[in-house]
Amino acid sequence: MADNVTPRVRVPRDATAGEVITIKTLISHPMESGQRKDGDGNPIPRSIINRFTCDFNGQNVIDVTLEPAISTNPYFEFQATVPESGAFTFTWYDDDGSVYEDTKEIAVS
Amino acid sequence: MNLNRREMILLATGASVAAMLPFRASAAADEAINAFTGGAEVGEGGLTLTAPEIAENGNTVPIEVDAPGATAILVLAAGNPTPAVATFNFGPLAGAQMASTRIRLAGTQDVIAIAKMSDGSFVRASKEVKVTIGGCGG
Repeated sequence: MADNVTPRVRVPRDATAGEVITIKTLISHPMESGQRKDGDGNPIPRSIINRFTCDFNGQNVIDVTLEPAISTNPYFEFQATVPESGAFTFTWYDDDGSVYEDTKEIAVS
Repeated sequence: MNLNRREMILLATGASVAAMLPFRASAAADEAINAFTGGAEVGEGGLTLTAPEIAENGNTVPIEVDAPGATAILVLAAGNPTPAVATFNFGPLAGAQMASTRIRLAGTQDVIAIAKMSDGSFVRASKEVKVTIGGCGG
């Protein structure tokens, strides 16, 4: 498992019903591509986050398949519609089977 | 340096393999496109791919794709050792069919985006990015 994997997510605190909001996510992860070699010329095995999903109250917002060409500390910015108050669930799936999760509440006035 | 026949043949084979490498890279990209579109015709327009003209560092190149009405967008870097970069699938609550991220580019090359529209058609956009320092260093 990659060390010190910390997800960071920015979601507005409140919104009006049906508003389109911008979400920014960042997760610290080395995203080892499998193309690099160590000092002895041996390839370093691939170790990346291969999938990222964002859901709001169980409904999908975005589902991203990541390949080794995504940079270290994968960053995503996208937009979501908020029909009602609830929580965003962010999930990252690691190659080694680990799953990292974060949730953010949003209040709709 | 004296080369015998066997060494000459080896050298010649090596040179022709090296010459074929760029072609093979784009063939892999075409394969990835075919796998995504299922061989359907790919049109133009309706998809915006934003990427810098010159990227100093190939390790983090910011890109943005925007295709109103798309259900999925595939991003490819034709000149990378493996051309696939990412696939964005938009769910029912996606506010707009856009996303931005940061990608690795091995060198100067075309970044290609293919969007699958809700009516089942496909559109394509590409942009050349000049890379000063490649992002696949070993």
